[in-house]
Amino acid sequence: MIVRPYGDTAVLVEPDDPAAVLALREAVADVAGVLEAVPAARTLLVRFDPAVATAATVRAALDGALAAARSRPPEPSVAVELAVRYDGADLDAVAGEVGCSVTALIERHTAAVYTVAFCGFSPGFAYLSGLEPALQVARLASPRTSVPAGSVAIAGEFTGVYPRSSPGGWRLLGRTDADLWDLRRTPPALLAPGTRVRFRPR
Amino acid sequence: MIEVLAPGPLTALQDGGRAGLAALGVPRSGAFDRAALRLANRLVGNPPDAPALEATFGGLDLLVHDAATVAITGAPCPGLDHAAPLSLPAGTRVRLGVPPRGLRSYLAVRGGFAVEHVLGSASTDTLSGLGPAALRAGDRLAIGPEPSGRVSSASGGGARFDGVLRVIAGPRDDWFEPGALGLLASAAWTVRADSNRIGVRLDGPPLARTRAGELPSEATLPGALQVPPDGRPIVLGPDATLTGGYPVVAVVRDSDLDLAGQLRPGDVVRFRVAAQAIR
Repeated sequence: MIVRPYGDTAVLVEPDDPAAVLALREAVADVAGVLEAVPAARTLLVRFDPAVATAATVRAALDGALAAARSRPPEPSVAVELAVRYDGADLDAVAGEVGCSVTALIERHTAAVYTVAFCGFSPGFAYLSGLEPALQVARLASPRTSVPAGSVAIAGEFTGVYPRSSPGGWRLLGRTDADLWDLRRTPPALLAPGTRVRFRPR
Repeated sequence: MIEVLAPGPLTALQDGGRAGLAALGVPRSGAFDRAALRLANRLVGNPPDAPALEATFGGLDLLVHDAATVAITGAPCPGLDHAAPLSLPAGTRVRLGVPPRGLRSYLAVRGGFAVEHVLGSASTDTLSGLGPAALRAGDRLAIGPEPSGRVSSASGGGARFDGVLRVIAGPRDDWFEPGALGLLASAAWTVRADSNRIGVRLDGPPLARTRAGELPSEATLPGALQVPPDGRPIVLGPDATLTGGYPVVAVVRDSDLDLAGQLRPGDVVRFRVAAQAIR
């Protein structure tokens, strides 16, 4: 595990195993002075209250947290199931690129159980890990100026759903009617880090 | 009630922001100069992070319909008492001129602005669109109930404009040539015109990288010095996106972030770089 400084109120933690990021996040939540822990693709940003903690005390707590996270069995989690109409603008092109039929592409995308690795880009936009390596394609060379809300898409190692209409360069496979971002709900994001997700064709 | 006659280049409601929701992709937002916000609120007896108006480069023109007590802090605007509580009779016109130095002025009103909160904050997030829209001419702003705090006459402290930002090296200084941190510390950096609440963009000698490409996305914080491929650093502001693949060469100390919020195009800024070992 590498711990790097991030100003005087945070540290950037890079566990040896990227799969440990979410377990580590759960484990540091109770450490004194830790205000929040923000996961990303390989790292965890741990923000702390400098009146209570320092980079060194957080680091020491992280060592213990990592050991605890390793020994804890993975918790059984409930999956959110999203019904998807597979009619995305890039469906044919992606099928051609990975060398299978559209039907097979849909079957493969719906077969996996994904995990929200982190959110970013825009409020409620979740990066889901667990995409079959053979389905990993590059994002568009030139992003679309507007991607409709609910678009189910893939790019690189991730699949995701656009919570609101926005510009975007991911490859569009389909669309869901699920309400991914609702400010009247707590939390407003349907997909938060750690949430398991399945797609179902409709 | 206070009526907006003209908002100037950009005036928006800002408070303490939405800290703690970064894992859901929600930026912190809130006042760029947090010390100025807190001072303005303290002067009128409000809770420190109550919503106030953040005026960018003056130009704000208000009509105070009901008697009110206000305080203006941050970048000082000509013609107005700075950092002191002002009792204004009904019908007073308040015009913020262009500040001779600094960029953002804060106007707090006793009772605060009664606006809808989104995810616990009344702040306008200029990137993600959360919170109220930026002010427009004709907007009518309701004032909240009398707070229990007292109006304070002690002005105490003003905004700093000395142009020096203290930073801590890392987390990705190892993506740059060995001389990059020295160059960051020795060069005079000029604030670019395309700076805003998302980032303060700087011009200067490019910081050369030893690695090409991008990092897998990492979480960011306001104050991070993100370096895109052109080598010119951007100091991330309160509305910046929360994940990015550009390496962060250093991060501004939390207490100096207020000063970054007062940098205006053409200003020269210098960095004082410290290293920090974590053991």
